Amino acid sequence: MKINDVILRTVTKAVVFIILTLGVYLFFAGHHAPGGGFIGGLVLASGIVLLYLAYDIETVHKGMPFDFKKVAALGVLLATGTAVGSLFFDVPFLTQTHTYINVPIFGEMGFSTVTIFEAGVALTVVGVVVTIILSISEDE
Amino acid sequence: MLTILIAILLPFVGAALIPLLYKRLRRVTHLGWFVLSVPLLLFLLLIRYIPQVAKGKTFIHTYEWIPSFNINFTTYLDGLSMIFGLLITGVGSLVILYSIFYLSTKESLHHFYCYLLLFMGAMLGVVFSDNLMVLYTFWELTSVSSFLLIAYWHHRKASRAGAKKAMIITVFGGLSMLAGFLMLYVASNTFSIRDIVANVEVIRDHALFTPALILILLGAFTKSAQFPFHIWLPDAMEAPTPVSAYLHSATMVKAGIYLVARFSPVFGGEAIWFWLVSTIGLVTLFWGSFNAVRQTDLKALLAYSTVSQLGLIMSLFGLGSVGHYYGYAESSIIYTQASFAALFHLVNHSTFKGALFMMVGIVDHEVGTRDIRRLGGLMAFMPVTFTIAVIGSLSMAGLPPFNGFLSKEMFFAAVLAIRDVEAFTIADMGLLFPIIAWVASVFTFVYSMILISRTFLGKLQPEKLDKKLHEAPFGMLISPLILCLFVVGIFFFPNILGHYILEPAMASIYPTFPTAGELTPHIHAWHGILSPELWMTIGVILIGTILFKTLKSWKPLYRIFSQKYTFNTYYNRLLEMSESGSATFTRKYMTGNLTHYFIYIYVFFIALIAGYFIWSDAMVFNFDNDSVVEYYELILVFVMIFAAIWMIFAKGRVTAMLLNGVLGYSIAFFFVIFRAPDLALTQLVVESVTTALFLLCFKYLPDLMPEAPPKKVQWSKAIISIFAGATVTIVGLAVVHYDRFESVAIYFNDSYELAGGSNIVNTILGDFRAFDTMLEVVVLLIAGLGVYTLIKLKPRKEEADHEN
Repeated sequence: MKINDVILRTVTKAVVFIILTLGVYLFFAGHHAPGGGFIGGLVLASGIVLLYLAYDIETVHKGMPFDFKKVAALGVLLATGTAVGSLFFDVPFLTQTHTYINVPIFGEMGFSTVTIFEAGVALTVVGVVVTIILSISEDE
Repeated sequence: MLTILIAILLPFVGAALIPLLYKRLRRVTHLGWFVLSVPLLLFLLLIRYIPQVAKGKTFIHTYEWIPSFNINFTTYLDGLSMIFGLLITGVGSLVILYSIFYLSTKESLHHFYCYLLLFMGAMLGVVFSDNLMVLYTFWELTSVSSFLLIAYWHHRKASRAGAKKAMIITVFGGLSMLAGFLMLYVASNTFSIRDIVANVEVIRDHALFTPALILILLGAFTKSAQFPFHIWLPDAMEAPTPVSAYLHSATMVKAGIYLVARFSPVFGGEAIWFWLVSTIGLVTLFWGSFNAVRQTDLKALLAYSTVSQLGLIMSLFGLGSVGHYYGYAESSIIYTQASFAALFHLVNHSTFKGALFMMVGIVDHEVGTRDIRRLGGLMAFMPVTFTIAVIGSLSMAGLPPFNGFLSKEMFFAAVLAIRDVEAFTIADMGLLFPIIAWVASVFTFVYSMILISRTFLGKLQPEKLDKKLHEAPFGMLISPLILCLFVVGIFFFPNILGHYILEPAMASIYPTFPTAGELTPHIHAWHGILSPELWMTIGVILIGTILFKTLKSWKPLYRIFSQKYTFNTYYNRLLEMSESGSATFTRKYMTGNLTHYFIYIYVFFIALIAGYFIWSDAMVFNFDNDSVVEYYELILVFVMIFAAIWMIFAKGRVTAMLLNGVLGYSIAFFFVIFRAPDLALTQLVVESVTTALFLLCFKYLPDLMPEAPPKKVQWSKAIISIFAGATVTIVGLAVVHYDRFESVAIYFNDSYELAGGSNIVNTILGDFRAFDTMLEVVVLLIAGLGVYTLIKLKPRKEEADHEN
């Protein structure tokens, strides 16, 4: 995609960070408020897609040298891994657990294995969406 | 008794280690030396249990695997599994030792030994499992590893074809066996073979008893290459010779026999069991030996001879089942002797046939051919190989002083004894048993003679051979010589084998009989000058010699059987028919036209959903409790209706796509209005991403052409669309009052206590229904990879249709 648009690029530079931050925020917010792995992943993916729209593939690849297929695979590994992992603690498949820990500066914070599971979901979404869009756009 | 569990797992561990070791060991030594340690260790492990097992002790160890489905990993060591365990590990060690010299280091040895260990573990799993489901799993694994081993030289077309054939036939049998197992489970409510045997009186009256019997026999017959399923075994000879010696003569093909022996306490007293097992066995015995005579390839000859010998063992178990019918009595002991002979011949066959296969492998390896038309006169060059061939063949023909003589005489005794049985209306056909057995033995004698004389005697034909002749290296001769030692040793000391190995196995086959010792005869070589068995053997030798001498004059007989009507042609035709049939059927509906696919999807959807709601009388509407429709909601609805209708008449793709976006964003608005922020967020982002995707895709598509399909097509599309929309609408309205299921909403109210999150949507996604989410993620990845491979890896035009 060669769209040489100064306005788009300038706006993208600022907006992408907002979108990516929103994505990360939504991901962590998901526990108690709207958001979560799927939405967070989608927002992150749309931010990355916006980057690809504004710049060409090579430039973006320099900034983010990931193979998004592997990102997706890593996501699935995390999701299934937490599922299988629970077996090692002698609890049923996919059991999630959570606890509260007092962290300096931040105060009491909740930690949960669901977060790992959700991270897997988010990574898969990012990986798959970007992979699909990249492969279609690169096709000649 | 963890040992047996370890015995099953060790080969798998070994197979897993091979890829790691292969690169390091490759330069130093042959990979086989490492692999050899596995069966050798297991063999020594098993031998330690012989004295205890001989005293009638059994060892059970249960590891709870899937207890909710009654599937436990129960290993069971008794006399019967001991025989098979010793054969698998013992012959396995010899075969691997032999293969070290047979396969050069240039071959891809890591594949070979990986598959071989996989097979060994699976086979041990089959014989040591007490749970039917576990047994079935290992059973199919032996088929898979056999497939891989037959196709080891996969660049050869015949190897691939043979592997496929073996796979199709044995897996077909395996599946019917699974159905039989499930029927037994329904009848007995347990998967444990020991429990089934213990409760056989209750199960026998169940309606599924006879179907289960037939289905299980189907599994046994296909695996043990019984008539008419024997056709896969000769084709499986494309495998490397060590594999043929191991899988296709000593172990895997005996899995079916193991199954029959294992289930004879369950089905033994039934007439249908007796008739099926004994007659199919006898027919196989005859057909195999009859066909072996005409083979020109030494391995094919041995393959048919294996088929025939498997039939012999099978029929003996059939005859032995009469003992179950009569139950324990002084007079019924004589019928149990058939089962004893079966076990005895099982061991004997493994020894002499293993030696013969290795002998043929040596000839093939050293001379470069196994075609008897090119061989002859090798005795002078290969004296040791010749000795092996003589010992193996004469034992196979049933001559003294070799172990085959003893079991063959017992076989004759068994078929003679069966004449007097009154049950199952055997008496009318009684005479047929000894006659078929005798005729088949004559043919066995003839092909044994062919094996010796055409290969080693007669005139050497150096002009037809490519290699210089010499004796095989010593390493290759060790294994067959050890087997020959057993062939002779068992003849002179048969009762050691009988007492320590066969007697406890008899106890497993006849668990209701009080003492196994009584069932174990003292094996004699000499039954007296007047014994009919002796005269049958003498007859076999006399007539066999005459037939062998006059072979040339009656061999044309085989040409009478037209090639058109062999079982192979039927098999091929069946395969072709099923292939072309499914191809035409698939082509009928997979038209490549997107419109057709949408029609299938929607018609199916309408039929299923609307059909169900009408059928179950769930189309109940009740608007009483609905909230008031606000004016802004109405505006949104009208916007959506407008966009949807405009979309149909849009001129360009981009316009249509934008209108579709209007629909999507409006739905997001609705989610906001109805206070579902999660859904609204998701919908908004999904809509944006799909719009970007569509924009990308449309770049490659031509502009929309104004097309005018026939009115009929347009109307049918319209009707289907309207029905689909109506179904969604009506179901949406009706489902509000659908009360067939209990609402799960209350459960999710406690999400904070149960899952530690107050966002119910996410606790459902990540915790309550996390299994769905996990699999969805996997599906997503698969879909992504699918798109990627379809686009990136599509073949270029000139590469299309390139296979093989």
